[in-house]
Amino acid sequence: MSRIDLRNAAKIGLMAGVAAASVSAIGMVQTFDERDLITNVLTLGQVLLFAASVLAGYQAAQQHTAAERGRTLLTGLIAGFLAALPVLGLVLLTALFPNIRTKLVNVSATLIQILTFGLGPSLGSLLLAAVMTLLGVGGSLIHVIPSRISRPIIIGLVSTLVLGLLSEVLLGVLRPLVGSQVTGLLFGTKGLRLVTAAVVFLLITSGYWWWSARGEEDMQLRLQAQNPERAQRMRTMRVVVGIVLLLILPFILGTYLTEVLDIVGLFILMGLGLNIVVGYAGLLDLGYVAFFAIGAYVMGILTSQSALGLTDISFWMALPIAVIVSVVAGLVLGTPVLRMRGDYLAIVTLGFGEIIRVLATSDLLKPYIGGAQGILQIRKPQIGSFQLVQPEEFYFLILAGCALAAFVSWRLSDARLGRQWMAMREDEDVAEAMGIHLVKTKLLAFAIGAGFSGLAGAIFASRLSSIFPHSFNLLISINVLSLIIVGGIGSLPGVVVGALVLVGLPELLREFAEYRLLMYGALLIVMMIRKPAGLWPSAVQQRELEGVGEETDTFPSERALHPETHEPMSEQVVEASTTTVRGS
Amino acid sequence: MAQALRRIEIDFVDLFLWLFRTAIIILVIWGTVAKVFFGVGTEYSTAAWIDFTIAGIAQGSLYALIALGYTLVYGVLFMINFAHGEFFMSGTMTATVFVAIPLASAGYLDSNPFMSMLAIMLTAMLVSVGIALLTERVAYRPLRRAPRLVPLITAIGASFFWQYFFRGLYGSAVVPFPNIPIFSGTIEIFGLEILRTRLVVMAASIIMLVGLYFFVMRSKTGKAIRAVAEDKDVAALMGVNVDRTIAITFAVGAAMAGAAGILYGLMFGQTHFFMGFVPGIKAFTAAVLGGIGSIPGAALGGLFLGVIEAVGPPLFLEGLGIPGAHQLKDVIAFTMLVLVLIFRPQGIIGERLAEKKA
Amino acid sequence: MKRLMYFIMLALLAATLVACGGGQQLTCEDAIGCVEIAPGDPIRIASALVITGPNAQLGTDSQRGVEIAIEDRGEIEGHPIELQAEDDGCTAEGGQTAAQKIVSDPTIVGVIGTSCSGAGVPASAIMADNGFVMISPSNTAPVLTHPDTREEGYFRTAHNDEVQGAAMAQFAYNELGARVAAAIHDGDPYTEGLASVFRDSFEELGGEIVAFEAEDPNATNVTPVLTTIAAAGPPEFLYYPVFTVLGANLTQQARQVEGLGETDVAGADGMLSPDFLEAAGDAALGMYLSGPDLGFENQAYTDFLATYQENYGSEPVAAFHAHAYDATNILLDAIVEVAQVSDDGTMLIGRQALRDAVAATSGYTGITGTLTCDENGDCADPAIAVNEVQEVEGALDFVPIFNYVP
Repeated sequence: MSRIDLRNAAKIGLMAGVAAASVSAIGMVQTFDERDLITNVLTLGQVLLFAASVLAGYQAAQQHTAAERGRTLLTGLIAGFLAALPVLGLVLLTALFPNIRTKLVNVSATLIQILTFGLGPSLGSLLLAAVMTLLGVGGSLIHVIPSRISRPIIIGLVSTLVLGLLSEVLLGVLRPLVGSQVTGLLFGTKGLRLVTAAVVFLLITSGYWWWSARGEEDMQLRLQAQNPERAQRMRTMRVVVGIVLLLILPFILGTYLTEVLDIVGLFILMGLGLNIVVGYAGLLDLGYVAFFAIGAYVMGILTSQSALGLTDISFWMALPIAVIVSVVAGLVLGTPVLRMRGDYLAIVTLGFGEIIRVLATSDLLKPYIGGAQGILQIRKPQIGSFQLVQPEEFYFLILAGCALAAFVSWRLSDARLGRQWMAMREDEDVAEAMGIHLVKTKLLAFAIGAGFSGLAGAIFASRLSSIFPHSFNLLISINVLSLIIVGGIGSLPGVVVGALVLVGLPELLREFAEYRLLMYGALLIVMMIRKPAGLWPSAVQQRELEGVGEETDTFPSERALHPETHEPMSEQVVEASTTTVRGS
Repeated sequence: MAQALRRIEIDFVDLFLWLFRTAIIILVIWGTVAKVFFGVGTEYSTAAWIDFTIAGIAQGSLYALIALGYTLVYGVLFMINFAHGEFFMSGTMTATVFVAIPLASAGYLDSNPFMSMLAIMLTAMLVSVGIALLTERVAYRPLRRAPRLVPLITAIGASFFWQYFFRGLYGSAVVPFPNIPIFSGTIEIFGLEILRTRLVVMAASIIMLVGLYFFVMRSKTGKAIRAVAEDKDVAALMGVNVDRTIAITFAVGAAMAGAAGILYGLMFGQTHFFMGFVPGIKAFTAAVLGGIGSIPGAALGGLFLGVIEAVGPPLFLEGLGIPGAHQLKDVIAFTMLVLVLIFRPQGIIGERLAEKKA
Repeated sequence: MKRLMYFIMLALLAATLVACGGGQQLTCEDAIGCVEIAPGDPIRIASALVITGPNAQLGTDSQRGVEIAIEDRGEIEGHPIELQAEDDGCTAEGGQTAAQKIVSDPTIVGVIGTSCSGAGVPASAIMADNGFVMISPSNTAPVLTHPDTREEGYFRTAHNDEVQGAAMAQFAYNELGARVAAAIHDGDPYTEGLASVFRDSFEELGGEIVAFEAEDPNATNVTPVLTTIAAAGPPEFLYYPVFTVLGANLTQQARQVEGLGETDVAGADGMLSPDFLEAAGDAALGMYLSGPDLGFENQAYTDFLATYQENYGSEPVAAFHAHAYDATNILLDAIVEVAQVSDDGTMLIGRQALRDAVAATSGYTGITGTLTCDENGDCADPAIAVNEVQEVEGALDFVPIFNYVP
């Protein structure tokens, strides 16, 4: 590696530059520029733009060893400079064609001002190029400085930025605790104050430095010194602390974050149900929202106080009815698709979901379920004279639902039925030959999955007090499917992690509204490519994925763990170690 | 004992399926009879029925063109390319914004309609192909060996990403596709008044479908595609560059989608960032209906779906006395899908892929 | 209620601090609490409009109206105004979440939103419980301002479906002399509500509705539904109060369906925007669209449009930007009216006082007319104009031809 690989540097630099120019052209830089991370110093838009050159510098310089300082930095410089070119091209384009905006609506004068630091096109462009080039060098610098120094700095920097990003959420939590006088000192109206940011950065950097230098070793030693009994007790303690934490969470987080948790909880509930259908039994269901809708509508027509309400029973009476109706619906919709496999099943279930939604909207059923105008004035759950209204109160109801569903799933996964599902997932024909009753096994999966979804739907209806048919669209099915796969298919903790990442995170970042789904899409792609087995894969699934080659005689987990870090190796490594090309 | 029980239960499923399809068939026949012989609901002239059918065929040819992309990709990778609708949208919007509208305002579209259309269509196809190749490279290729559900999720991710990327680029407003005078108005064929746009759409679709069929069946690349679809390992051993062939498959599908997008613009006069989603799902349905993996199947499935959506509501739903019948066309479409798949699990003319490879 | 307690305590604490610091004393005497804004800090208002998904245009357009109103206002008593934009997703759950997020931030003074009535139902309940005031630029469902179901602190500048649907029926029956009509909706509460009110009013006047159809909002091939309508009548008047995409499809294809050649077609304010004219093209010529009465000498709207073009590089992309502009101005005027300012620039805004000030809005001259809030929170100018699409100086434009005053 003695020469600078110009082609590689140019490729990476230009790719990063095109990405930076694209995020500028679609308006992300401008929109995010209004969002201060550090008040009056750094905005999210700038971070977005400059991240491109830092990453380009880092990536391009990766081929050099730490000793080749000059070459490393030069590569970073080249990549950083080239990353600036497409952005400069965008600036030039607006100078040449002033009415480019009639075509690209987000290439505005404000955007150009942001890109050129408000200095006008010529001077500003020079500065932009200089800044981006320098940042490219900065990116390559990471390879030059020893990692015991660079790692704490990077971690400190990134954490500070993330805190700045989440400052609104933090504000919401802190304000009731310490009062707005104190939060006013720590935060600007958006983002951290400069002093706060500096302090946070120093704390985290030095903390991490200390931890990696000393603390980690200490901890390892202490853990090793523990006898098994104590380790056991520690584990029990951890579980108890976890449960207590779950119970007091809403009081710590405040109303809004609890609201987000409620939504996450409903998705966890649905995810657990779909996990049985897709994860355990291997039946790809894209119309899972149908049962959610059925649960919600049953709750609606049974407890609504409006003219559409059929009965005047309480939430608690209606809840089991809603679940039972959903289970029956699961059986009815499951039967026609019993003999379909794979993607045929996917499109037919997708169709069922759409049929339910269209029927709910239709004028045909309007006299019974309200059509487009939905069902209003649905009852809230009541315990004695106490009515559940606030998100904090619903939290416990949803938590109980999730706990129940998780318990059922967990018990089933090891039970006879669970084994049968998994056998069926692997190979239907073999499973049948082994004496597994396919019809019963499949229908049970559909029915139980539908029951969980119906439960979620019933709680959903009661929580909102009003339901409209367009709430039950395909996106919900897609969301639930995505979260169980991103979490790790067939894995119960995976469902929770998946829901937190794919439902909770986008909720917290509501302010990015227009670009939320764009980032959601990008997130799905990146996560699946980095971790195809999911964020928290089930043990079985992990073994399968790693044992993707035919060499089933080696115990896969031994082979795929990196010898030093004990982390699963990257996908490429695993791929390279296998010989076949066939997918499953 | 267990055997006997099992027999009874399987019979129960058969009974259920039999009841299900009998019920649907009875409803369809009842509605049709009530409509045709007893005139329940609105009374239609023969011309009106022909209008329903032709409008349905025109819409169906678009579904068919988009369905090709699903079918080709499914054939080689066994994955549902959820982002295909976005390939359709991306080419169309870009060509409309950067070629069609400038050409229209410069007057070329009126003076040189055919050359302009060609330019617009080629741009759309190129952009669609570019987006498709990029997506394939970034989001699908690294996952060739991952479990099947994983590329499905990246495809969903790519779909969201492109939708909102192009929304950011061209805005959330409707971008009108310019009106081309030579294609407006009607033309008389066999005594039928047919809108010229519909005729253009149908003709263009037929040409492209036939062309593609021969491309896949006769050309060397087409043979490579079929070889990869049959067995990637063996194809690789035979000297076929598998990655390249898969990329070509994506490109061909996307080119069809790009062309379909311009026909869509011509027929409906508007493009917007959300335009790919619903046609994408419909086309996927059409591909499965016809038998996924088969080119004639995609064509047939598309036409069937387009026609049943147009003719179904007035024919059987109104006959049953259902209000707001046209709103329920998706219900008809998906019910027909279930019905067809119960009778023929491999689709109308599909081979038995479902058993073999799914 | 817990939040309110926090509030009151915080306000008291703040008041004490201010008192210790000397200067003029401001104490919150409001029944449901106050917002205190430190010197130089911004006055924060929130929006909850649909900015994602297929209805994104509707909310994006309204949000721009809000932004322009804020820009035009500049500052109030030395405090800049800041917008916290949230997404209502056009769904009930989206409205609920956006509302919870807004009320969890006690620095927010008032809310513009929601876009969709479905989101407005749960959102208005939460706003009411937490003492906020909300003004919607585009909720039209009657239920939101019905005396039995309206929530405290809820207002809107959009027309109630009952007014607008009836106006169109009057116009069709009395002005055009139509006796046979048909309507299409797309399953959205807004369009279904308008179409139903139109049907009922038209029948009440003595007319006949020959077809009441529905179509999917994403449908492109709408010739079948139009053929059905043509076969049913054909009607003299066809009303489809839908949004731009479906509206443009219906308008273009209606010209191609035999039997509808003589039929007058009409829509509502969901399509009353330049965006629709572009999408539908010449097919829109002669179409009738109801909406706010912009017929008077309206320099403010002309200026507004210029700013819009300048800021966002396009003409308005949907219909409710003007309603949003007026809604924001009503809110800001109310803030000016009730804000108490101390010598050092600290501002105190009482929440109940703010609600009362918005409710007392009377004769406010906005760009959608003269707005007066009634006791149920309907603030729109009751006058509704029916505009005809005509060619003006070589381009399509809306020309008001009929004024409906209930």
